[in-house]
Amino acid sequence: MTFIDIRNLRKSFGPATVVHDFALAVERGEFVSFLGPSGCGKTTILRMIAGFETASAGSITIDGQEVTDLPPAKRNVGMVFQAYALFPNMTVAQNIAFGLRVARRGPDEIAARVEEMLRLIKLPDIAGRYPYQLSGGQQQRVALARAIAVKPQVLLLDEPLSALDAKIRVSLREEIRSLQKDLGITTIFVTHDQEEALSMSDRVVVMNEGRAEQIGTPFEVYNYPRTRFVASFVGTLNILTATVIDAENGRLAIDGREVLAAHTVEGRASGDTVTVALRPEAVTFGEAADGRDELAGTVEAVSFLGAVVRIRVRLESQTVSLDAFNQPAVRLPAAGEPVTLCFARDDLLVVAGG
Amino acid sequence: MKASRIGPWIAVTLGALYFLVPLIGTFEFSLRMRRGTYSFDAYRIVLGDPNFQASFLYSVVLALATIVVGTLLVVPTAYWVQLRLPKLRPLVEFVTLLPLVIPAIVIVFGYLRLYNSQSILPLTDSSRGTDLLLTFGYVTLALPYLYRSVDTGLRAIDVRTLTEAAESLGASWSTILFKVIFPNIRSAILSGAFLTFAIVIGEFTFASLLNRPAFGPYLQLVGANRAYEPAALAIIAFVVTWACMGLIQVFGAARGPTQPK
Ligand SMILES: Nc1ncnc2c1ncn2[C@@H]1O[C@H](COP(=O)(O)OP(=O)(O)O)[C@@H](O)[C@H]1O
Ligand SMILES: [Mg+2]
Repeated sequence: MTFIDIRNLRKSFGPATVVHDFALAVERGEFVSFLGPSGCGKTTILRMIAGFETASAGSITIDGQEVTDLPPAKRNVGMVFQAYALFPNMTVAQNIAFGLRVARRGPDEIAARVEEMLRLIKLPDIAGRYPYQLSGGQQQRVALARAIAVKPQVLLLDEPLSALDAKIRVSLREEIRSLQKDLGITTIFVTHDQEEALSMSDRVVVMNEGRAEQIGTPFEVYNYPRTRFVASFVGTLNILTATVIDAENGRLAIDGREVLAAHTVEGRASGDTVTVALRPEAVTFGEAADGRDELAGTVEAVSFLGAVVRIRVRLESQTVSLDAFNQPAVRLPAAGEPVTLCFARDDLLVVAGG
Repeated sequence: MKASRIGPWIAVTLGALYFLVPLIGTFEFSLRMRRGTYSFDAYRIVLGDPNFQASFLYSVVLALATIVVGTLLVVPTAYWVQLRLPKLRPLVEFVTLLPLVIPAIVIVFGYLRLYNSQSILPLTDSSRGTDLLLTFGYVTLALPYLYRSVDTGLRAIDVRTLTEAAESLGASWSTILFKVIFPNIRSAILSGAFLTFAIVIGEFTFASLLNRPAFGPYLQLVGANRAYEPAALAIIAFVVTWACMGLIQVFGAARGPTQPK
C-alpha cells in the first residue's frame, strides 16, 4: 500500500520552475533516496513534503491524508538538516524532549523516551551536554533522536552526512539505515553522493533539473540506467558513443570497432548514433571468448585506489575505464602499453534517450 | 619603531584624561560640601531626599516597562523580517532610525497634540495614561538601539533552520519565539536593555513636558538650585550605570552556554 503519494508536484520560484511534475509513491517503511547534483531540486521537494514550501501545483498525500496545504507543525513529519539545527540553548536531553514537551506528554513519559532515544543513538551519557560540546557526528545523531522521538509518520533527511568527515559518514549511514529498519519508519533521504544512496536505500530516485530521471532499486539504477544522465551520474560507468551498423541484430561500432550487443537496438536505424554504457568492473584484459566483445587501445592512465586499480584505456577518440583487483602477483599493464579489452555482451548497455 | 609605539600611547592617554579628569574633578567637588575637609555630606543629603528616591524609583520602573514593551515589540518584528520579509529590512531599519533624526521635543509636541484631552484617545487626562504614553515614547527612543542589537543577535544564529526544526516538531509560533528565539538572543536583548535603561534614566524632555516626576527633571531641578548635590548626583548616576553594565556582563556570561563561533 502506498504510504506517501506525490502527484504532479511542481514548484516555481517566480519565473523559474525548479520542480517539474514530480510523482513518487513510497511504501510504508520504505527507505527512498533522492540522488542528484546540487541544484536539481531535491531539497525543494523535501521541503514541500515537510511543509516549508508550498507546492505550485500537485498534491502530497501521507497515509491517505492529503497534506499539501497543511502547515509543517500539523504534518507529523520529522526532519533532519545538514546543519544539525540543534537548539543551542538546550541540553541534549532538552533538545530530544522538545517535540514531546510541545505535545504535552507527561514528565515521566518524556524522561523515559529521552533515555530510550539516547540508548538508540548509542550516546547514553551525554544527556546534560550542550550542542557546542559535541562533535558533528554526535550532534547529527542527537538531531536524529530529536526527530524520531515524537514518532513521526515520515522521516526526512536533507544531506545529513555532508558536513561530516569520511569515516563518520560511512559509520553513521549504516547506523541510520539499521535504525530505520528497526523502527520501520518511512524515510526519504536526500544526497548528492551516489555511494550513500546506493548503499542505504530500498529505492533511489535519480534526479536531474527538477525531474525524476529514473526511479528504481540501487541494483536497477546502477546496472540498467535508463538515460545517459543516470548512467553518468550513478557510478563510474563508461559512457560511449556508438554507431548502429545493423539495428536488427544489435551490431554496433565503437570507434570503428564492431561489437555485438546482446539485444536488438529498438527504434534505431542503421547509421544512427546511440549511447552505450559499460561498467568498469565488467571489463577485463584479454581476447574475447564466446559471447564476449573485444576492443583495442592503449593504456593512458593507471590509478591505484586501494583494493582496486582503475585503468583508463584510450580507444581512438573515446576512453574506457576498467577496474582490476589489486593482486600483487598479477602484473598490470603500464601507461603507453597497447592492450585488448573484452566484456560480456550482456554488459554492454544501450541507453535510451540519446 | 619607537615613534609607532608612542603614537597609540598618546592617543590612549589623551582619551583617558578626557574621560577621567572631569570625573575626578566632579567627585572631588562633591566631597567639599563641609568647609575645610572632605565629607560625604552631599551624598547623605541627596540619598536622603524623598524626591530623589521617588523620582529614581519612578524612572527605574518606567525603564523596566520600556524594556519589556520594547523587547516584545522588537524581537518578533526583527524575527519576522529576517525570516519572511528580508526585502523589508531596509525600510524597517530606516523606521527604527527615525527617533535619532526627529528631535525629542518634536515627538513630544506631536504626542501632546494627538493624545490631549480633546482627542479620541485622551491619554494625557490621567497620570496613569500619561505614564503609558511616556513608556511608549521611551520605546520609540530606544528603538534604534534595541532593534540593532536584536537584529545582530538574530543574525548570529540560524533563525530559519532553527524555526523549521521547531516547526516540524509541532511547535507553535509563540513556543518558537519564547522557547527557541528569545533564549538564543538573550545577550543581545540584554545589551539592548542596558542601553534602554541608560536612556530612560537620564531622559529629560519627554518627562518634563509631559510633567511626570521622573529622574531627569529631578536632576535638572537640583542642578539649577544647589551647588554640591548635583555633583554627587552625577557620580551616583555614573556608578548606577556602570553597575548595570557589570551586572549584564555577569548575567551574559554566567547563565547558560554561548555558542562559540
Ligand atoms: N527560495 C528560493 N527562491 C528562489 N530559488 C530557489 C529557492 N530555493 C531554491 N531555489 C532554486 O531551486 C533550485 C533547486 O534548489 P534545491 O532544491 O535547493 O536543490 P538541491 O537541494 O537539489 O541542491 C536551485 O536552482 C535553487 O537556486
Ligand atoms: Mg539541497
